[in-house]
Amino acid sequence: MGAIKEIARGMWTTLSMMFEKPVTIQYPEVKRPVHARFKGRHELHRYENGLEKCIGCALCAAACPADAIFVESAENTDEVRYSPGERYASTYEINFLRCIFCGYCEDACPTEAIVLGDNYELSFTSRREAIYPKEMLLTPVPEGGKPTPQTVEPGFFTRSIPVMQNPTD
Amino acid sequence: MTKQITLTIDEKQVTVPQGTLVVDAAKKIGIDIPVFCYHPKMEPVGMCRMCLVEVGRPVIDRTTGQAVLEADGTPKVQFGPKLETACTLPVSEGMVVVGMSDKVKAARKDVVEFLLTSHPLDCPVCDKGGECPLQNLTMAHGVGESRFNYDEKMHLAKHVPLGELIFLDRERCIQCGRCVRFQAEVVDDPVIGFYQRGRAIQIATFSEPGFDSYFSGNTTDICPVGALTTADFRFGARPWEMRATASICAQCPVGCNITFNIRREAKSDGEIVIKRTMPRQNEQVNETWICDKGRFAYHFTEGKERLTAPLIRRGDDLTPVSWDEAIEFVAQALRDAGSDLLTLASGRLSNEDLFNLRSLSDAFNGKTALYTHMAGGDLTAQVGVGQGTNFADLGAGSVILVVASDLEEEAPIWWLRVKQAAERGATLIVANPRPTKTDRYASQKIRYAYGNEAATVLAMINALSAKRPELPGKVQATAEIKNAAETIKNAENVIALFGSEGLGLEGSAALAQACANLLLVTNHTGRANNGLIGVWPRANEQGAWDMGLRPAADLKAALAAAKMVYVAAADPLGDDPALAATLGEVPFMVVQELYLTETAKLADVVLPALPFTEREGSFTSGERRVQRFYPAVLPRPQARPDYAITGEIARKAGVDAETDSAARVMGRIAASLPDYAGIHYRRLAQVQEQWPIVGRGDLYYGGTGYENKQGLGVQLAPAAQQGQAPALTWPQVAEIAVPEGSLLAVPVTVLYDQGITVSTSPLLQTRIPQPYLTVCPAEAQRLNAEAGDLVQVSLGEQAVKVTLRVDENIPAGVALAPRSLGLPIFAPAAIQVRVAQKATV
Repeated sequence: MGAIKEIARGMWTTLSMMFEKPVTIQYPEVKRPVHARFKGRHELHRYENGLEKCIGCALCAAACPADAIFVESAENTDEVRYSPGERYASTYEINFLRCIFCGYCEDACPTEAIVLGDNYELSFTSRREAIYPKEMLLTPVPEGGKPTPQTVEPGFFTRSIPVMQNPTD
Repeated sequence: MTKQITLTIDEKQVTVPQGTLVVDAAKKIGIDIPVFCYHPKMEPVGMCRMCLVEVGRPVIDRTTGQAVLEADGTPKVQFGPKLETACTLPVSEGMVVVGMSDKVKAARKDVVEFLLTSHPLDCPVCDKGGECPLQNLTMAHGVGESRFNYDEKMHLAKHVPLGELIFLDRERCIQCGRCVRFQAEVVDDPVIGFYQRGRAIQIATFSEPGFDSYFSGNTTDICPVGALTTADFRFGARPWEMRATASICAQCPVGCNITFNIRREAKSDGEIVIKRTMPRQNEQVNETWICDKGRFAYHFTEGKERLTAPLIRRGDDLTPVSWDEAIEFVAQALRDAGSDLLTLASGRLSNEDLFNLRSLSDAFNGKTALYTHMAGGDLTAQVGVGQGTNFADLGAGSVILVVASDLEEEAPIWWLRVKQAAERGATLIVANPRPTKTDRYASQKIRYAYGNEAATVLAMINALSAKRPELPGKVQATAEIKNAAETIKNAENVIALFGSEGLGLEGSAALAQACANLLLVTNHTGRANNGLIGVWPRANEQGAWDMGLRPAADLKAALAAAKMVYVAAADPLGDDPALAATLGEVPFMVVQELYLTETAKLADVVLPALPFTEREGSFTSGERRVQRFYPAVLPRPQARPDYAITGEIARKAGVDAETDSAARVMGRIAASLPDYAGIHYRRLAQVQEQWPIVGRGDLYYGGTGYENKQGLGVQLAPAAQQGQAPALTWPQVAEIAVPEGSLLAVPVTVLYDQGITVSTSPLLQTRIPQPYLTVCPAEAQRLNAEAGDLVQVSLGEQAVKVTLRVDENIPAGVALAPRSLGLPIFAPAAIQVRVAQKATV
């Protein structure tokens, strides 16, 4: 008698769930939205004029506990300018096999250039492929901006570090 | 002995010599008083106010002169109303220094805040970031927030080239004046200075070319912020990303201890590369300084054109072959040549390389020749400076004699050390045919005509001793010479440095002998701080002499007589095109080199060697200090260390030799050369505590140079110190005859020449002059030429076109021909000069 009661209760649960909204989604056709501070694949951001925010200071590489970031820097000129100020990253690589997505790089960045984005779809078929160079990490040039390197007005972009506010989100 | 003073700093007692500054006394017992403008090697100025401390002094009763005691019997201490700068304050008996009180902390906090009022928030892009005293001291003593308005920060030029080597960032400068004082006080090249006043003050250079000093790189080490940076390293890497390896500078016989900072890089195809050269402290050799040549001219080791495989001549071409084949080929040729072998090597090689070359040659009864223009290394081994010699110990009562050497051009750090000794009271006697920078510190100056170098020194002996050598009539014992001789005779210590200004092999041999005789006659040998030093053209020339190599009196004849020539680290053809025919007829020539030199192009076998940055070894400096260098970067595949190449050839040819490690070759050297007995690599790596403290935790104090953890080296004892008195032999002094209508061309050394070790440095390119010849104004007039004209110099059958320079300090009838700058003049020679093309105005 007891067994029948238990089965009926189980079946009731199953029946009632059929009318609930499903928790599964049709990935990859449908994607779940991520939280504002989600830590996905890194992006190197640009200013509105297209200049790179990254100044090649390598503080992200210094902060990285997994030694996943490699930076080499070089000097900007007004004829060949990648970023404001004197210095830019001539090489910027992140090894995603090493990265633990802790976000320390984002914390260390003095220009808010490196931001852990929303992209969590990372898959590689070789170790080499897991190393993302600067071209793959940079965000597209915003509308109205120009791609880097740019030739700019002499003596205009002299500051490496912009004036920044505390994050609001 | 200096009076000792006992004082209390932060409740710790310390006893230091009278005259010590409080900041140094504190450092000696491990108490850090923060400083920016103070540097232990310079006079204090008290400009930055960072070192403020509270100072109390014992109260003295004026009537009795006794210290007033407290009720408990301790001396009563009266503290001053204001804070005092510890860097300008000499210690006094019973002084009580408090560096930890709230008052001091508040003052330091304010000073840091004030220094930061206009310092940019630049640390992420600043080359000094990570090894910056301002950064560190702000973390230790500063406040988190400034009360000053951020918008009032001054925006100044961030990229001001003070010449091609050093860049100034005006914003970052905290006006401590370390660089200005270093240039003026330490190296006496006051080419930079303060311009304007107050907040607008800035560093400016007033030389042409900008920052024209051989020591400019050192200012970047002692700059407490990132205001001065080297162009070479600009944005090269962050300090924490690099590793440090110890090495010895291979540019001149001083043997400066250096550190190579290395890093693996993507832009160098994933190779480990040298990013910068920094001084490594050795207070007995280079203190904490290095010259710009040592700092910037390491690039010759990195050339893309370096030899990549052993080459064997097949027909007209040199074809790459395997090492086994090449070594077998050379070994066979060796067996065939037997005693008709000539080994020609230069002092660019390490002791181990030269020892193996010598051993190989000896096994076949072959001849060896040192490739150089300077002789006398046998004498420096006999009456060289004694064990324990240190220029820093020379002061009043000591005499330094510099003969025939433009010391700053030939060995910049020795110039610096000699200058400092003169400032401490040592008598500097300079004998040179023309004025040089050394003259500024000379107590006595002797001028002689080119060619009379040895005779001048012999005239000094004549003035003192009965053993009168015959002298040419022209050289008379003038009052200056007699005076110098008396000074040397009466001195406590005498160090004689002889160079090769205007000298070839013959002349320098005579000069070395004359100097040795002078030291022997006045009994200044066999002791510390006494003896003879050769200002050699190459880093390990002394080592080469010690290893038993001697220059060939007539290189051309020696080459012509040999059936096989084994050339290592020398390019006789590149230096002297006149040897082309002789070298072309050598039946079999092996060249062991880094690059495919002119000589190598004629060789039958070319063997790729490794530069000093990629291998281990040891150099013997001019002061006969054996010092060890370590591999900094990975060796290029296919190239091998010189000692290993020679060793393997020797083994193949049936001669016992070490090939595996430099340390084992050193073992053999120690076993077979009495002077090197007891030398081994572990001993060369020994260190002891040095003052001042530099490097990592103390970089705010002594600069960013590296502390020495890898070995101070071992100074050898010359024969005279081992109880073997060398015999006096009198050199023959020949007079140089110059035909009518000719000029006497004399070779002189310039620091930046067109030799491969300098010319490959991109940064020094602009400092290397075009080939030139210098004459006096009267001579120029006679030639109907002006400065800047292109003149044709005829030397025997050769003719070379060079630019004419005019210098009023040069004697008439003489033309100065800089070495390794286009003119193949190795010894005084008669030349004809005529104008080829007038300078366009």
